[in-house]
Amino acid sequence: MRETMDAWPYVIAAYAIGVGGTSAMIAWALMTMRRAESRRDAARKR
Amino acid sequence: MHGFANPARFLRLARWLMPVCLVAGIAIAFAALSWGLFVAPAERLQGQTVRIVYLHVPAAWLGMSGWMGIAAASFTELVWRHPLAGIAARACAVPGAVFTAICLITGSLWGRPAWGTWWVWDGRLTSMLVLLFLYFGWMALSQASEAADGGEGSGALRAPAIFGLVGAVNIPIIHYSVIWWNSQHQPPSITTGGSAMSGAFLWPLLIAMLGFTLIFAGVVMARMRAILANQQAEARLRRKAMAEGN
Repeated sequence: MRETMDAWPYVIAAYAIGVGGTSAMIAWALMTMRRAESRRDAARKR
Repeated sequence: MHGFANPARFLRLARWLMPVCLVAGIAIAFAALSWGLFVAPAERLQGQTVRIVYLHVPAAWLGMSGWMGIAAASFTELVWRHPLAGIAARACAVPGAVFTAICLITGSLWGRPAWGTWWVWDGRLTSMLVLLFLYFGWMALSQASEAADGGEGSGALRAPAIFGLVGAVNIPIIHYSVIWWNSQHQPPSITTGGSAMSGAFLWPLLIAMLGFTLIFAGVVMARMRAILANQQAEARLRRKAMAEGN
């Protein structure tokens, strides 16, 4: 009898890493952009 | 393209295009992944692991596209001295590296149930890992060159541009690796001649690729805005410091 591996834990792990990694990258890109633009605006006001 | 050599013109465009790309990309990618996870059928031989393809293939496409973006921007910088080219190359590096890493990890998670192993040192997997190391090397060189240049335009910024062009040789190696060498990885399923995939798998995959490509474009524009804003802040502070010194 051939034993089959349950693939769902691998699928869920792949989605968690893929979606989590992409979300973290988007959040980081937006956060660094906001920070840099407020730093530029502060430098203009000085 | 030279019309956007003016950073102010680029910023006017990016201010509305970046959120449009991000919002549309997130919505489309979410719909495609939900389709792939809950609606698309399991594959006859691969079973449920086929669902990983809806993440793995877009990540591979964007990992390679990110480096092609760096190479194209490097060429533009070296030949036409386009003022935004170096910034575009730097903006492509992090999202390109993130998607390459996602491709490698999801591929490994697919390989364990499908092949019975997490990793094999075959042409496709190894050349993709080399791409990730190229990204790390490029980012380190870019930062070191920027520090050496110090905003003086000393020419130190040409080093990452040359690296970006030379590193592009790895992209056709990744693409043709499954054709040139005996590989555990399957040959390309989607080619210019058509698709070997059934529509039930192909449509969610193509829509996921569109969604993630829009996310990539939005992140690159956000990074470009951040790099430009930092450069403008530093230039202003430097001018002020010089004026106060005189």
